[in-house]
This record gives sequence, C-alpha cells and structure tokens, in this order.
Amino acid sequence: MYKQHGESFTPMKTYQPFHSRFDPCRPIGKKYYSTPPHLYLGFQPPGLKQFPAQEALLRGTLWEFLYDYYENPYESKRRTTE
Amino acid sequence: MWIYEKKLQYPVKVSTCNPTLAKYLMEQYGGADGELAAALRYLNQRYTIPEKVIGLLTDIGTEEFAHLEMIATMIYKLTKDATPEQLRDAGLGEHYAVHDGALFYHNAAGVPFTAAYIQAKGDPIADLYEDIAAEEKARATYQWIIDMSDDPDLNDGLRFLREREVVHSQRFREAVEILKEERDRQKIF
Repeated sequence: MYKQHGESFTPMKTYQPFHSRFDPCRPIGKKYYSTPPHLYLGFQPPGLKQFPAQEALLRGTLWEFLYDYYENPYESKRRTTE
Repeated sequence: MWIYEKKLQYPVKVSTCNPTLAKYLMEQYGGADGELAAALRYLNQRYTIPEKVIGLLTDIGTEEFAHLEMIATMIYKLTKDATPEQLRDAGLGEHYAVHDGALFYHNAAGVPFTAAYIQAKGDPIADLYEDIAAEEKARATYQWIIDMSDDPDLNDGLRFLREREVVHSQRFREAVEILKEERDRQKIF
C-alpha cells in the first residue's frame, strides 16, 4: 500500500471470474490487474520526492511516487501437475 | 535531427537460451503497440498538435527508438546461438524459414508490421488519448511477458521498460490537462 500526499492506493486489484461446473479447466481463482501509481496522480504537483540520479537511471523513473515494481501475481500458484 | 549515443538506455542481460521468449518479445518489436509503432506514432503526430506538447512527443518518440534497440538486443541474444531445431521447437520455424536468424518487424504471431497499427487523427485530444492507450497496452504486454518468463536478468530489463511506459502515460495525461485548460477564457476575479 502506497501512501503519498494524503491519498493511499494499492498497485494491484483482483476480481474473481465466475466459474461454472461445466468449465473444463480448474478455476484460476483470482484474476489480477495492475493499477499503477500514475492513475492516481493527476497533474504532477511540484516538490515530489526524487531518487538519487544513479538510482533513478536503474529504476526507470526519477520520482519515487511513480515507481511501481511489477511481480508476477500468479507466481505463487504455478501448477506443478495438470 | 538526432544525435546517437552508442550505448543502450538500460543494459540488456539474458541468462538463459530461450528462443520462446524471443518470440514473445517480437510483439514489442513489430506489434501493434510495440516500440516501433510507438516511435512512429508519436514522431508523426508532432506536426499537427499544439506547440505546447510538440516537445513531449519528440522526447518520448525518440526514447521509443532507444527501447526498440533494447528489444532488438534481447531478441538477438535469445536466438543468436540457437540451432534451427531449437528455433522450430520454440515456434520460430516459420521465422527461420524466411529470415534465418535475422530480426524482422512482425508481432509474436508472425504478422508483419503495418502502418495501419497507428493513427494520426489530427484532433489533439483524440491523438493523445490514443497515445495513453498505447502506453497502457505496452505496459500490459510487458506484464504478460514477465509473467511467462523465468529469466531474472531479462525480467530486470523488462521491468525497466514497463516503468517507462508508466512515466510516459503520466506525461501524456498531463499533456491532455495542458490542452484542456481554459486559457482562452478571460478570468475575472
């Protein structure tokens, strides 16, 4: 959960698709979708916190608020059988 | 005019011989919302957009070519030592039959690049909204590839590229805010 300039948001949302008993695949359970920080920023206000220059080059953004590390949300439940 | 720096925007490292990942990455090379489409789309829209946002399109369009170069490097590294059999098993048999190991502008399914992927409507809001959508679609593509990839070094580069999509989308959204501002109206306080 990020918290900056008063607003808080989560960078990932979930929903559960309907699963009928006639659907052949095992239910995937939750579906995930990314909601990155820029969706919550509006016009960037002045004075946001910055990464040090070298670090910014590695992260892909100068602005701490806009940094959003992406991890495969399905990683933990890779199916070993099937 | 452009100035070329003979280095990549972000170092490209690949740790496994995995031509299947190269196939997926072709979506970002010659696909509808790939880096080539992005660069051509933005650089072309510059001529018919209000002055205030021309510079943004130039900067982002130029950066997309730097991304294209990174994707090309990734694809090349993932396939350069692969045998024809390995390429065939990775679903790149058709690619090999036509191109050998050469890169080509087509998407992950082998459909060649077309200018029909991009638009220039001439309406600044319509064009910027298309640009925002393109950035979000490219971001999603990077996510799906990261989800399928188990190469940590490659994913590191892909995460950098995804972050750039986030920043570009933010800047295009700000461009819309600039253009919709009521600057012609007289303000009376």
